[in-house]
Amino acid sequence: MAYLDHAATTPILPEAVAASTAQLGLVGNPSSLHADGRRARRVVEEARETLAAAFGARPSEVVFTSSGTEANNLALKGLYWARRAADPRRRRIVASAVEHHAVIDPIQWLVDSEGAEVTWLPVDEVGRVSPDTLRRELARESESIAVVSIMWANNEVGTVQPIHQLVQVAHEYAIPIHTDAVQAAGHLSVNFDEMGADAVSLSGHKFGGPLGVGALLLTRSCSPVPLIHGGGQERDVRSGTLDTPSIAGIAAAAHIAQATRASEASRIAALRDELLVRLLECVPEAIVNGDTRLEIQHRLPGNAHVSFPGCEGDSLLMLLDARGISCSTGSACSAGVAQPSHVLLAMGADPDIARSSLRFSLGHSSTRSDVDALIGEIGPVIERARAAGAAARAGR
Amino acid sequence: MKVLAAVSGGVDSAVAASRMVAAGHDVTAVHLALSSNPQTFRSGARGCCSLEDSRDARRVADVLAIPYYVWDLAERFKEDVVDDFLAEYAAGRTPNPCLRCNEQIKFSAVLDRALALGFDAVCTGHYARIQRSGGKSILMRALDEDKDQSYVLAVLRQEQLQHALFPLGDSLKSDIREEARTLGLLVADKPDSHDICFIPDGDTRNFLKRHLGEHQGDIVDTDGVVLGHHEGSFGYTVGQRKGLGLMEAAPDRAPRYVLSIEPVSNTVTVGPRDQLGITGITGEPVNWCGGASESPFSCRVQVRAHGEAVPAIAAVVGDVVELKLETPQLGVAPGQAAVMYDGERVVGSVTIGNTSKARER
Repeated sequence: MAYLDHAATTPILPEAVAASTAQLGLVGNPSSLHADGRRARRVVEEARETLAAAFGARPSEVVFTSSGTEANNLALKGLYWARRAADPRRRRIVASAVEHHAVIDPIQWLVDSEGAEVTWLPVDEVGRVSPDTLRRELARESESIAVVSIMWANNEVGTVQPIHQLVQVAHEYAIPIHTDAVQAAGHLSVNFDEMGADAVSLSGHKFGGPLGVGALLLTRSCSPVPLIHGGGQERDVRSGTLDTPSIAGIAAAAHIAQATRASEASRIAALRDELLVRLLECVPEAIVNGDTRLEIQHRLPGNAHVSFPGCEGDSLLMLLDARGISCSTGSACSAGVAQPSHVLLAMGADPDIARSSLRFSLGHSSTRSDVDALIGEIGPVIERARAAGAAARAGR
Repeated sequence: MKVLAAVSGGVDSAVAASRMVAAGHDVTAVHLALSSNPQTFRSGARGCCSLEDSRDARRVADVLAIPYYVWDLAERFKEDVVDDFLAEYAAGRTPNPCLRCNEQIKFSAVLDRALALGFDAVCTGHYARIQRSGGKSILMRALDEDKDQSYVLAVLRQEQLQHALFPLGDSLKSDIREEARTLGLLVADKPDSHDICFIPDGDTRNFLKRHLGEHQGDIVDTDGVVLGHHEGSFGYTVGQRKGLGLMEAAPDRAPRYVLSIEPVSNTVTVGPRDQLGITGITGEPVNWCGGASESPFSCRVQVRAHGEAVPAIAAVVGDVVELKLETPQLGVAPGQAAVMYDGERVVGSVTIGNTSKARER
């Protein structure tokens, strides 16, 4: 058995389990005024401080959400509405062509339903946005731009964006910039204050916290229009009774992830490098997608994204799954149909090559035995998948 | 055996898969994403997925504790089934898309891929039986006469039948629902699907109009007298009585039926019921499910999915089969299959090309 899908979700850390479960049996709404409420509120505020410290933010800059997706929606829709309300000319959204669907879809919704326009920034062949590309786009009618959104690190191919430079460019034009740091947090050094973005999305279960909790780091000058109206918890930006157990869990995970980040990143990167080297020995025609400079400033340490020409990704996934190896084809819609990845297409990949790819992603629980398991099975799996691919082509 | 079970999200394929599991096979469930109809499927950048059916299929696999995947065959399905369906109607014929799907998708695209991936067979919830003897796989009618689907499977060639499994062939539909309930499958009470899956509202004429456009033409009697107009001859099927929209009733007040469709002149010819009867059918290409029969031979012929099989003599001339029916049959539509039976056994199938009237003999 080998779990090579940490980018989808990574096992929860024991410290996060302990922090969450300690809260599950206790009563107290953090917004209540009595002792039980105050006890719960204290847990939430301590968690907020812990999470803020882990990501270089002030506690008041942390807005807890139910997920990274919700954080993205709040940032994009909320900032678009707020900016447009302040100046009706600001209807343009600038984002990269390789965003996650949790960014693409809210933007597309704003275009379809809220009169927004979008510019998808092109990327180079490794999936990177150049600061000059962004600058050129922002120089064009900058007064019409509502918000910029560029992910910190790509979920499929692991490419790390020059996010500090991109933030600077946005600020040259005084335009708020959001970054989806769901894949970066816990693996790269994410320091909110130092990097200067206006909004940063995080997801607990990607760095060892529980599922169902995320956060939006938000500068205090940033006031998005809320998506969820109600009791006004979380700075009046996000309502809903605070989920004390999950919040305690995400904070515990953030603390551990930050404390062990540097050593874990290099351990995981070394394991990933070994995986790629041995994979290419077994399957010499395999193509590594994304940045082949594997250093952490270029590529997420746990990410290996590989195309196997002549094979279909979903055949490979199924065959590996049957041998106890969990990996991913990249993006899948809710019914589970794999489509050629928009990320690879934006990078200029051939659609057939895009369909032939698999993502292996490593994380805190990965060991050499996971790599051994994959390498032990990949040869015959490729052979079978290639035969199936040939059968499909012959049937046309 | 390693078995790939096609699970649609309906009760039949669910019980079929469960029987394969119970028989000790190594079963993997696959749901086929076939259609891109916006009413039932999510379409757009990520293609199409039948959300509700795929969720039901996934729950079936969960309960059976077998792996579950979705295979996207929408592109193949569009080319081989939907486009063929439209082209056939445009040519004045009446196609059967389920038959085409079995021939081109389930037991071709899916089966080929399954075999290449190391599976031994594909299992579906069709009601039909396969008798294996002497290295041959003989397609037979299902035990449940009302549900028998051998007609839409008769297009399968011997090598396809060799790798096909129909675990429901010996069962009654009512027992299948009961079995699903006992197994705790939530689809036990899901209604049967009757419509063409890519026309969920059941309005075939409107679907054809949308895709083929409106082409005004005449509805005439056998003497060429114009009795009415239509918006596309493809909206009609030989034998059709309802929805003709004739301007006036026939002198004898008897109902009129579609006798023939002429796509080139875009003319629909109607006439009284007694002119509908045909006794001669020629069809091609022929598929012999288990090898060609000696010509001529007597058999029973079924000319539509839920029709009765009637006695006939079949003569084979090359790839063409000529069928002489003992008694005239009504509403035999070119494009449908004529399936030849020897008792319960399926002998072969042809696509109906031309028909000849009883009185022309």
